[in-house]
This record gives sequence, structure tokens and C-alpha cells, in this order.
Amino acid sequence: MATATVPNTPAGPKVNHIGLPVLEYRGNKTTLCAGCGHNAISERIIDAMWEMGVKPERVMKMSGIGCSSKSPAYFMNRSHSFNSVHGRMPSVSTGAILAQHQMKMLGVSGDGDTASIGMGQFVHLLRRNLPMIYIIEDNGVYGLTKGQFSATADLGSRLKTGVINDLPAIDTCALAIQLGATFVGRSFSGDKRQLLSMLKAAIAHKGTVMLDVISPCVTFNDHEGSTKSYKFMQENDEPINEIGFVASFEDIEVDYESGAVYDVEMHDGSNLHLRKLHEDYDPTDKANAVRTLMESSANDEILTGVFYIDTQKPTFIDLLNLVDEPLATLPESVTRPPKAALDNLMASLQQ
Amino acid sequence: MRESDRVVPEIIGREFRHMATGDLALGQEQGITIARERVINDFSINVATVNGSGSQSANSVLLKSIFGMGVPVSGKNLFPSNIAGLPTWYTIRASKDNYVARTRGAEVLVALNPDTAKQDVLTLPSGGVVIYEEKLNLKQYRDDVVFYPVPFDTITATVCAEAKLRKLVRNMVYVGAVAQILSIDLGVVESGLRKQFAKKQKVFDLNFGAVKAGFDYAAEKLPKQDPYFIERMDQTAGKIMIDGNAACGMGAVFAGVTVVAWYPITPSTSVVEATTDLLKKLRVSPEGKATYAVIQAEDELAAIGMVLGAGWAGARSMTATSGPGISLMAEFSGLGYYAEIPGVIFDVQRTGPSTGMPTRTSQADLLSVAFLSHGDTKHVVLLPGNVKECYELGYAAFDLAERLQTPVFVLSDLDLGMNNWMSEPFDYPTTPQDRGKVLTKDDLDKLGGFARYRDVDGDAIGWRTLPGTDHPKAAYFTRGSGHNDAAGYTEKPDEYVEVMDRLSRKFDNARKLVPAPVAVKDGTSKIGFLAYGSTDFALRESMDQIKKEYGQDVDYMRIRAYPFAHEIHDFVASHERVYVVEQDRDAQLASLLKLDIPAEHVTRLRSILHYNGLPLDARTITEEFATKEGL
Repeated sequence: MATATVPNTPAGPKVNHIGLPVLEYRGNKTTLCAGCGHNAISERIIDAMWEMGVKPERVMKMSGIGCSSKSPAYFMNRSHSFNSVHGRMPSVSTGAILAQHQMKMLGVSGDGDTASIGMGQFVHLLRRNLPMIYIIEDNGVYGLTKGQFSATADLGSRLKTGVINDLPAIDTCALAIQLGATFVGRSFSGDKRQLLSMLKAAIAHKGTVMLDVISPCVTFNDHEGSTKSYKFMQENDEPINEIGFVASFEDIEVDYESGAVYDVEMHDGSNLHLRKLHEDYDPTDKANAVRTLMESSANDEILTGVFYIDTQKPTFIDLLNLVDEPLATLPESVTRPPKAALDNLMASLQQ
Repeated sequence: MRESDRVVPEIIGREFRHMATGDLALGQEQGITIARERVINDFSINVATVNGSGSQSANSVLLKSIFGMGVPVSGKNLFPSNIAGLPTWYTIRASKDNYVARTRGAEVLVALNPDTAKQDVLTLPSGGVVIYEEKLNLKQYRDDVVFYPVPFDTITATVCAEAKLRKLVRNMVYVGAVAQILSIDLGVVESGLRKQFAKKQKVFDLNFGAVKAGFDYAAEKLPKQDPYFIERMDQTAGKIMIDGNAACGMGAVFAGVTVVAWYPITPSTSVVEATTDLLKKLRVSPEGKATYAVIQAEDELAAIGMVLGAGWAGARSMTATSGPGISLMAEFSGLGYYAEIPGVIFDVQRTGPSTGMPTRTSQADLLSVAFLSHGDTKHVVLLPGNVKECYELGYAAFDLAERLQTPVFVLSDLDLGMNNWMSEPFDYPTTPQDRGKVLTKDDLDKLGGFARYRDVDGDAIGWRTLPGTDHPKAAYFTRGSGHNDAAGYTEKPDEYVEVMDRLSRKFDNARKLVPAPVAVKDGTSKIGFLAYGSTDFALRESMDQIKKEYGQDVDYMRIRAYPFAHEIHDFVASHERVYVVEQDRDAQLASLLKLDIPAEHVTRLRSILHYNGLPLDARTITEEFATKEGL
């Protein structure tokens, strides 16, 4: 199994390959509950960004509203951040990336923010293959309003109050695969290794990365009868593949038994090795990916891993054929057409 | 109507000629008095057709032909919310006195819609004119108007071999017939058509053939019986003709817009279409890449979200919408206000609550736009009063949005936006883009940091940074939740109030930055008018009526923005009675003024309201004014 190596300077703190210590990737102190899965995800984002050597100033952190959407305040203070409107992170993100398309964009949403109020914008983001990492911190309940079910809560799961969920869960991964996201995976906030590798691969990907991260709510949804509790995940987490990621700047040879690993060359030259844990699972086969997810759901398994990847599909930025420079900072000489252009228009409108 | 004011005392020459050759019989049969004085360049033509029949280009040719003869003219399309089959009326007003508002009735009717023909004929003023498909047999309905029957189908068949094109070509036949009857120069029609079908010789030939056939038919078979004439003037030289939506699009493009996100909605769609057309032509890099992005969003919530995302990240961004879209944009508009993010929203107003009447005009979005969103939100609203201002306030909106770091709304309406208007040509912006207060890497090197929402300059506007600024201290956390002046989350009462009070000061300062009102007439009258937007056209005409008919002078100030400039307060202060003329039921402009002016002046305001969906006409204002004044 490959792990990232980080160059060390002998005297000072450990720095990454752009010379920054992990401290420079930290955020404010979290105000979420102790033990909240979201905090673990923030930690993994910090680790992944640091290990990948992404300059924090080159990242835009986006979010909607909810516990999850507060979390961008708890990592990467050196990155611009936009905590927007409930369920509307996708549109704000779309505008932001159009203005600054050379930036890396990472969005954090929740299951309510995405699959209930935000469903309309979420599906269109997926369709557009917008270049961004979209993380759903998925705990199946609304935390800030004290524990109502969300649309990702599993059928038959039980609230602390005894209420049973009698509606089927929306599988955001199946949806994302079907609608056009080009990197789709599920992980568990408690699985440090899997989540870190997945996030690093996500950073290397160009296009929409949709990661559904099961992130237990210790206050409202971590009891017996919950299907999004630590205990339930520890017992039912079923990885479909084991993720090995080798960044483009790493010089690591990985030796795998042939046929046992699905290799993916990423856009930035990194390599993603997906060791097959399920028989011949092919993460580029869309229809099979969706079928596998539907079957696992019927069997009460929580499949995790990278379900689908397509490194070739054009992103929304490609489709719009944008200039290389950010639209935001194009000079007036480029954005305001010359007087002659107006004169011609006026001449064409005269009698 | 004051016939005496506008009739040129001249006997109709052609009429005598025709009478002498026996055509008098027709006039006698129709039972009308044909010995009338000529009416030159002062009447309206109403073309009644069926939606989807392709009459729009014929109407446009007719309009531009009159324009081409140097006669002041305006065109109004009264169309249904429908793709095909429902009735449509296009009214062209020629006015030697430069009046371009709607009038209540048209003197000349082109009746091509069997379903409305009877009603159309019945609404004509006595002495009016009907040019119609002869099969409709309209003569039975009136004996006091002139009928010109034209066998449109027969004529069309002779000039257009292809049956499927006849529906379109047929329209050009009426252009020809009308041109002949009203003495519109065929050469001007021809050059107008040539311009319209610039690179399509065959299409031109076919269409002009139809015009000519209609023209010749009328010359041969339809002796002049009516008093209406178009005669050459020199009032339109150098002027352009354009609709307000296209003008808004030009404003956006010459502002340097880079991100456009929108959702189609009548009557604003053509703002974005015009913008996109121009961007495709004018904003492609030498390498063939786009220096702009246009996104058709999934709905208006997404459109405004994209605008704010782009504005936050530093792009000049815009959307265009109408009432229902404005409602959907409410929550985001509050975020834009509170988090202080620039963006431009064109609202082309249509009629009514809910879906209302989507193809009718109104000014009834003013209050909801001014206070769009919950919780102490208010917005800067620009109010263009003509097509030139659609362009000028269009580009000014982008400067203001970035200067004030807030969403700026541009309120147009369907009448202004979708109808053709004459205008002086537009001027190139004289000032460079104002990108507002943005700190660069170098600034941050010197400052060592910044507080996003701190009023360091005393203008109540903080400095911002853009994502991508290569400095470890550049970032800040943008949020719609409570924040302090350093952009940190807060629930502390004092910190909340500090930001809200600064926002209020910023809004107050905007009075001086927004387009100043225009003192159209500021004389010594005790009576004043206040109005905005497309109301201007009818109000100017009404002021002349009031002067001529009642001998009353009135002053008039045209408002061009909210928050209201101090000149508007002064105007109210210096007039005993101030009539606020607007196109909505609830006196929204007057209400907004009442919130702003000193309490002792509130009773000076009175309202003249028009809200039936039709463009405002001068007579409505004059009558209402006379009633209220007891004249």
C-alpha cells in the first residue's frame, strides 16, 4: 500500500512539498459537538490538502447551511470561504469557479443541505461536471434543528424519539453517477485511511468529485436503531475497493498482483490504484456502478470506496471554452469592447 | 382629442381626383364624409393579426419606413402569452410632435385576424380607415369609416409560388398596401427591407415582390378616401431605433460583464439574448476563447446564486428576470446585501401578482425589489426612463455594484424593454470601469492584513479581497450569518448592530452615487409631477395637454434611482401638490417616497395610477389630473 511521503527539513516543523507546515492548513477551533464525524472530516481535509501541497490561497471553500456547512471555518483559514444559503452552495460555487476557474474548489454540504432543500441545484451541478470537490457530511439528520430525519436516512432507521423513517433514502452516490459526476465515492468519517486517500485522489481529479461521507451525529443519530451511527458503520461498512493514491510529485513504485488492481491515471499525473475487494468491480462502468449500489442497499450493506471515475469527460469550464486567465481579473481592455464596436452598432440601428 | 390642434388645413388632392373619375360612388356607398382635412404625421396604425403568423418583421418594416421618412414614430406590440393562434395587435404611432406614448385608439386599422376583426372595426374612431382581407366582409359593421378591401390571398399567391411561405409573405402585402394608401415612400420601404434581409437576396426579392404587389394593387384599385398621410420630415436623422432590452444588453456588454447567469422569463429573455449575441461577436480572444461565460441556470434561485458567487470571486456578473424570478431571488438578494457582494439584476417588469399577465407591462415590482428579502434588507435600484438610459444605467449599474459592494437592480418594464423606441445614438462610456475597493497582494504586504467589514475610509464601504490573491492574509470568511467587522461569526448584539448601522450609512451615501433625477421642467409652478421609467413618455405628452387644454403649467422631476437623491426631497419641498404618476395599483413609488421624505411633506403627495397592463397613455394622466385638481 502506497502512502505519501513528505519531505522534511531537519530543524523546523515538518513541511509539505511547497514548504508549508500543516499548521498553515488549520482553521478555527470547531464549535461542533465533541466526537462529531464532521470534525474528523475537517482533519482529513487538512491532511489531504497539506500532503498534496495545495497552496491554501488557491482554494475556495464553499458551503451551504447546517452543521456540516459550518465546518469550512474549522480548516484552512488561509483559503477564501463562502458560507452561503441553505441548499444553494452549487449555484454560488458555479459562479465562483466561472470567475476564478484556475482555483481549486472544495464544497462541504450536508445531507439536508444537499438531498432535501438543495436537491434542485445539486443535480444540475452534477450534470455540468463543475470542477469541484463536493463533500456531503452525511448523518441522516438535521442537527441544528435538533434531530429531524433527512432524505438520506435509511428506510426503517429510528430516531431517539422512537420515530421510524418510512421513506426510502436518496442514494446521492447513485444519483451522482447517473447525472454526470466524474468521481464518485463513499467513505466513513471513522475510516481515516480510506477517507484521506479518497480526498487526495479527489484533489487530483478534474471535474465534479462527489463524496458521500457517512459522518455520525453523536447528539441525534448515534443510538441503537440508527443506520448512521459509529457502531452501525463499524459493523456494516463494506469497502468495494482499497484506495491507493500516488501523487504526481511522489516517486513511488507500487507493485500489485496483476488483475487485482484497477489503475487510473489522474488528470494531474497522479495515479489511483483501486485494489478490487469485490469481484472484478470496474469503476468506469456507470451502469454496473449504479446497479451495485442498488443491490447493496437492498442487502443493507453500506458500500464504501470509489464507485465511479471518468477522467476524460470535459468539465463545464472546458465546455464554455474560457480563456486561461480568470474572468474576474481580465483587464478593461479585454472586457470593454472598443468605441468602434459601439459606433458600428449605432450605425446599424440608424435609419 | 383636440383635432383642431393637429389637422393641417389642406384639402386632399387625390381625393378630388378620384371623385372626379367616379370613385365618389365608393365613398357614397360607404356613407362617409370624405371632404375632410388632411391629417399628416399624426395618427396611429393598428395591425391586428394572429400570434405566430410572422407579422413581426412586416410591422418592423412599416415602423422603420416611417422612421426612414424622418417622421417621429413608435411601435407597440400587444401580444398574448401564447406561441400561436391568439390575437396580436401592433400599433404604430406617427407623431410630428414627437409623442411616442400609446394613444387610446388608432385611426388606421389593418384587419387580418378574422377572430377580432369585427371588434377591431367597431373600436375605430369615426372617419377611421380599415385595410382588410376582403373575404372578411367588414363593411357591414360601420358606415362611418373608410374600407379598403384587399384580396391578400390572391395577391400573395401571384408573388409567392411556394405555398408554405405564403403565410409570411402575405404580411408584406399589407406593408405595400399601407404604404400606398398612406403615401409612404416605396423607396424607403425597399431600403428598409434590404437592411433587414441584408445578405439574403432571394428573401429580399420575395418580400419586396409582395410589398410591391400590395402597393400596386392599392394604387390601381383603392382610390384614396381617407385623410391620413405620412409626409417626409427631418426629425429622425441620426437617430437610432432599438428596444430597451437590447439596450440593456449593450449596457452590460460595454460595462464589461463577464458572467451572465439567467433563467428564461418573459419579458426579460431578450436582455440576455441581446447580451449573448454581442458577447459572441465582441468578446472572443485572439485564440478563439471566450472572455465571458453565459449560463442558462436551472431556475432563478440558481441564476442569482451564480451571479453572487461570481461577484464574490471578482467577476462582473448579471442576471435578467421578471416578477416571478424576482420573488425567487429574494433569499439570495438578502445575502448579497448583508455579505456585501456585487451583482447586477435587470428586472423587466410585467403585470400582476403570481403569474399575472406575462406579456403586459407594469411598474409593480418597485417595492418588492427595493426591500427584496427578509430582515432589514434594502437595495439600490436604478430606473431607466428610455432606451438610452437602459444602456447608460445598464453599464452604470456594474460600477455601482462594485463600488457599493451590493446587488444593484435595474428596473425596466415590458413597454420599455420589448418595444422599439427612437433614441439619440448611445455614447461610449467616458469613465473607466470602477472596480471598487479591492486590496491586492501588494496592498496586503504593506498593510499586513485587513478587516473585511471595517469602515476605514469613512464611506461605510469596507475593503475586500478576491479569491486567488496570492497572500496568506488575503482570505476572509464570507457568510450570511451574523458577522463582525472582521468577518468573524458573531451573535454579539453590539457587533451585529455595528455592521447593520454601517450598511445603513452606506445605503444613505448611495443617494449621492446613483444617477441623479432629471428636472424635466422645474419652473415656478406650485404643482409638480414625479415619475420614473416608461411613464415619462405619456407624462410629457400629458403636460402639453394640461398646458393647452387647461392653461396650467406643471413641473416635473423624473426619478432615476432609489435611494432617492436629495434633489427629490427638495422638489417635494418646493411644490404644494406633487402628483406621483406610476403604473401599479398600490402607489408603490409614492409609498417609497413617503418613507423617505419629511413627515410634514407626506400630505403633498397624491397619486395617478395606471395598472391595466397596457402602456400608459397621456390622456389617462390628463383626465385624472384634471379631476383631482377640479379643473
